[in-house]
Amino acid sequence: MSAFLIRRLLRFVVVCIGVSLVTFSILHASGDPVALIMPEAAEADRAKLREALGLSDPLPTQFVRFVANAARGDFGQSFFHREPAFRLVVERLPTTLTLTCLAVALALGVALPVGIYSAVRRNTVADHSATVVVFLGQSMPVFWIGIMLMLLFAVQWRLLPVSGWGTWSSMVLPSVTLGAFTTPLFMRIIRSSMLEVINLDYVRTARAKGLSEWLVICRHALRNAALPIVTVTGLQFGLLLGGAVLTETVFAVPGVGRLIVGAIRQLDFPIVQAGVFLLAIIIVSVNFLVDVLYVYLNPTVRLR
Amino acid sequence: MAVTLPQAAVAYETVAAGAGGSRAWRRFALNPAAIAGSLILLVMVSAAVAAPWVAPHDPAKQSLLRRFTPPMWQAGGSSAYPFGTDQVGRDVLSRIVHGARISLLVGVSAVIVSLLVGVTAGLVSGFLGGKVDTVIGTVVDVWLSFPQILLALAFVAALGPSLVTIIVVLGLTGWERYTRVVRAEVMVLREKEFVEAARALGVGRLRIIFRHVLPNTVSSIVVMSTLQVAQAILAEAALSFLGVGSGNAYPTWGQMISLGRDFVTVAWWLATLPGLAILMTVLAINLVGDRLRDALDPRTT
Repeated sequence: MSAFLIRRLLRFVVVCIGVSLVTFSILHASGDPVALIMPEAAEADRAKLREALGLSDPLPTQFVRFVANAARGDFGQSFFHREPAFRLVVERLPTTLTLTCLAVALALGVALPVGIYSAVRRNTVADHSATVVVFLGQSMPVFWIGIMLMLLFAVQWRLLPVSGWGTWSSMVLPSVTLGAFTTPLFMRIIRSSMLEVINLDYVRTARAKGLSEWLVICRHALRNAALPIVTVTGLQFGLLLGGAVLTETVFAVPGVGRLIVGAIRQLDFPIVQAGVFLLAIIIVSVNFLVDVLYVYLNPTVRLR
Repeated sequence: MAVTLPQAAVAYETVAAGAGGSRAWRRFALNPAAIAGSLILLVMVSAAVAAPWVAPHDPAKQSLLRRFTPPMWQAGGSSAYPFGTDQVGRDVLSRIVHGARISLLVGVSAVIVSLLVGVTAGLVSGFLGGKVDTVIGTVVDVWLSFPQILLALAFVAALGPSLVTIIVVLGLTGWERYTRVVRAEVMVLREKEFVEAARALGVGRLRIIFRHVLPNTVSSIVVMSTLQVAQAILAEAALSFLGVGSGNAYPTWGQMISLGRDFVTVAWWLATLPGLAILMTVLAINLVGDRLRDALDPRTT
């Protein structure tokens, strides 16, 4: 088991280096970053700045420096805010994480009972309607869901604020939007993982013992279906954060996503790099934790 | 337009033939969801192809006199502008019809890029194995660690927004699914005796690839690429919504929704109707993809 964990840890480190390489290349894909910082400057001034920023060094040297700085959370000054880019991103992280957590909680609250019910009562009208909802949900752009909710609840009925973040009422629409985007995903996973286990021998044994259907499902079936649910949730975490970026843009939520999108429009690359890097590292870490969790939850892996 | 249907039918049939002949095809063709999906798709594709002739107006023609004309079924609407007009008086229906071009073009082209990269990587990974396999596996891991939409956004912005950039960047997200399938198939085949025998007889790798590997993966690749077209259309819409689309020269659905968001309090139709176009298209593709999977899956009978 420790060999497995060491392998995963090694992979984690390698992936982190890869993430740095991709983030590093964002800036260089744009051509000449100095031309963005001082578009009207003379070539002599540009050369001076290039020298000062270390942009005239060979690329491998620059990359090593980038990684060393990134490890310390130093991505340079934002071109526009004149503040350390990393701090600007970290300041906005709690908002994004709150939004994501609220959305996941909402999504699980709906998807868990519906997904289980669909699996248990397979091929009934309820199951088929759930499938229709999943199909519809997965075919809608998340930002459009947001605007439609806004149109109904904020513009038409004036129940909730159109945009913003901070008060409880302003958190409702963004969370429901991101939750609506996530729910079909969870519903599908939960239904199929439940279907995998529901007809297995040990579940039948539990039924044969005379346990109530409710106990059989919760204590025996769900516990074993939980593994794939956890794994897939980890794998889908990137999709979730991507959805958060779009949701934040629709509702003007001051989170990391909106910061990055704004920075991309202004070609403020230190913020883009810091933001993309931080989100990617969060995703990599979540996946690593899911792997570790998997080892602890799954006895067949533990034996190996 | 008359060409589209038989061609699509032939394409499906070839696929079906690989996975159990005409029974799979019949199972697909008789399914109501599959029929509905195909019909919607047919309408969308014809609208995109024939946009200049089908659209009632020039999508770029502005007129400040008829700004914010509501859809025809609402008071103040006009049958000349069935879906109303936007903040500078452009016809919304015409813009939606023209927008279908970008969505479908980007969706299909991005998947072709993905297929080229993914299948090649899978073949290389499977046949060479060892270090190359590990490297490709790591690249996939790294690639999956980013929120794809943000990565696409960053690179499109850095490279400068254009149709080609969008297609390539979206194509480079999502190729790994083909790599996985093709690699697995190669791994299985490599151990098979008939492949070893063929290689001993001096049959080239390319021939093995085209005769044995690709035919065996065709049905899953067809299903995956159909579903990926839907995802690419959603991703393109998200990019244009965020303002790094293919430029403002041509209307896109995402960009229309983004403008509609700014006028959400005065003109509900501006954001709603292009979104419905996306919903219909993506739903149709998802339905077709899902039914194809069921029809081609040998386990379901």
